[in-house]
Amino acid sequence: MATQHSRSAARIMMAPAVILLLGWMLVPLMMTLYFSFKKYLPLRGGDLGWVGFENYARFVSSSSFWPAVSATLMIVVGVLLITSILGVLLAILLDQPMWGQGIVRILVIAPFFVMPTVSALVWKNMFMDPVNGLLAHLWKFFGADPVAWLTEVPMGSIIMIVSWQWLPFATLILLTAIQSLDSEQLEASEMDGAPVLARFWYIVLPHLSRALTVVILIQTIFLLSIFAEIFVTTQGAFGTKTLSYLIFQRVLESQNVGLGSAGGVYAIILANIVALFLMRIVGKNLDT
Amino acid sequence: MARAVTTKRKSINTALAWAVGLLIFFPILWTVLTSFKTEAQAIADPPIFLGFDWTFENYSTVMERSNYMRFLWNSVIIAGGSTILGVIIAVPAAWSMAFVPSKRTKDILMWMLSTKMLPAVGVLYPIYLLFIRLGWLDSRVGLVIVLMLINLPIIVWMLYTYFKEIPGEILEAARMDGASLKEEILYVLTPMAVPGIASTLLLNVILAWNEAFWTLNLTAAKAAPLTAFIASYSSPEGLFYAKLSAASTMAIAPILILGWFSQKQLVRGLTFGAVK
Repeated sequence: MATQHSRSAARIMMAPAVILLLGWMLVPLMMTLYFSFKKYLPLRGGDLGWVGFENYARFVSSSSFWPAVSATLMIVVGVLLITSILGVLLAILLDQPMWGQGIVRILVIAPFFVMPTVSALVWKNMFMDPVNGLLAHLWKFFGADPVAWLTEVPMGSIIMIVSWQWLPFATLILLTAIQSLDSEQLEASEMDGAPVLARFWYIVLPHLSRALTVVILIQTIFLLSIFAEIFVTTQGAFGTKTLSYLIFQRVLESQNVGLGSAGGVYAIILANIVALFLMRIVGKNLDT
Repeated sequence: MARAVTTKRKSINTALAWAVGLLIFFPILWTVLTSFKTEAQAIADPPIFLGFDWTFENYSTVMERSNYMRFLWNSVIIAGGSTILGVIIAVPAAWSMAFVPSKRTKDILMWMLSTKMLPAVGVLYPIYLLFIRLGWLDSRVGLVIVLMLINLPIIVWMLYTYFKEIPGEILEAARMDGASLKEEILYVLTPMAVPGIASTLLLNVILAWNEAFWTLNLTAAKAAPLTAFIASYSSPEGLFYAKLSAASTMAIAPILILGWFSQKQLVRGLTFGAVK
């Protein structure tokens, strides 16, 4: 059993990690809060005094706020739908007996390891370019007019790129969950003559529900703050300016730190709401 | 699954799975292939799949033109440095939480996880400002520290779940035999923890290598890693597909190979033990 001695040693060993994370969390957070109540323009006069909640009100009432909210929601919901539906199907497929399962798994998982700037640039130029992109060639081959993907269907294109990056993640986690499914239960239901769809609906899907929830929550947290994909492809043009990209522009491009910080506080609150649900699931698992 | 299946069904599964797998992998394959073409062949109409003259010219051009080695070296230092530093700080913390748990252990773990949820953009300016004050802007030191901090929760969590699996009785036995805390860690725990630590290192090198918010916003020229190097290709001039492909291939190849070894750890590390 743990002695008094080992308890205090444990505390000392935990200290560096705890102190560092505490600092990493509190210092920038306090600064963001502080700036959010100020009129602060580093390039045009600097600190121009306290303004109360004006930044918060201005951020929400600016003409780019609601479009940014809807762009963010579209990307998050679109990618979640695509990756979780295809992820479930793909996980079931990969769980079937086949030849070369290991290699197929490697092929499917690969996009997750591609750095975001590379995948965005490769898709933008080599696939979605209206003149030289591979999709343009494919369209022409079937007699259709090539599409300027990133200007004509910018949102769809970005959802497509991001889904390609995150589908492997969803698949891998769902596959891990499916492999822990009791095969005897499935066999029994198969012998009882349950049709494939019923087996999927009443046995597989309930078994996957927790993994699916985890996939959705973790992806939501990452998707709320995607940056590189937009930075490299549209720079926020054509209605693809997400909330986090808008904040980035306010803070670094137009150097309106007060306004951007108020936006940052909104983003933090939003992420925390999602995080709360995720933490509940993870916490439950910690007890068992 | 230990079910008997007909060869026919297995063939159908195989064909379907391979088709989907190749489709998903295709953009990467196409990039690698294009990197060996000439610029003219890269944009040929109709596209050439395999019947081109393989050339390594793009690789040498990219390396000469853009100080590729410096970006690569920055990536290695930043990803490697932040991971090693993170593991050094996390091992004692995870060790004590796994073997000397207290009532607050769970709360501390959950709190650490919550710091990972902080959206980067929400603290962009403070970090930017601190970096200017500390003279860390466009420096590798600064990025090593920031990436260490953003991955520290994952590192602690992964190590914790691995350490949890080491039976506590062995440690007790060592203690009975009169091993000191130092000996206990060095001779009993470490050998058993090596696989877990290695997996943690691997996954976090991957995450740090691909990180593309702080690396893009806090670097300019000196400390920019490969993420920024690739982003600099976003405004094209003239023919450049083959060179873009060569640069991309070089940027993703090392991590793709590491990644294939770390599939299992990926699940554990990214779901915080919620899916096993």
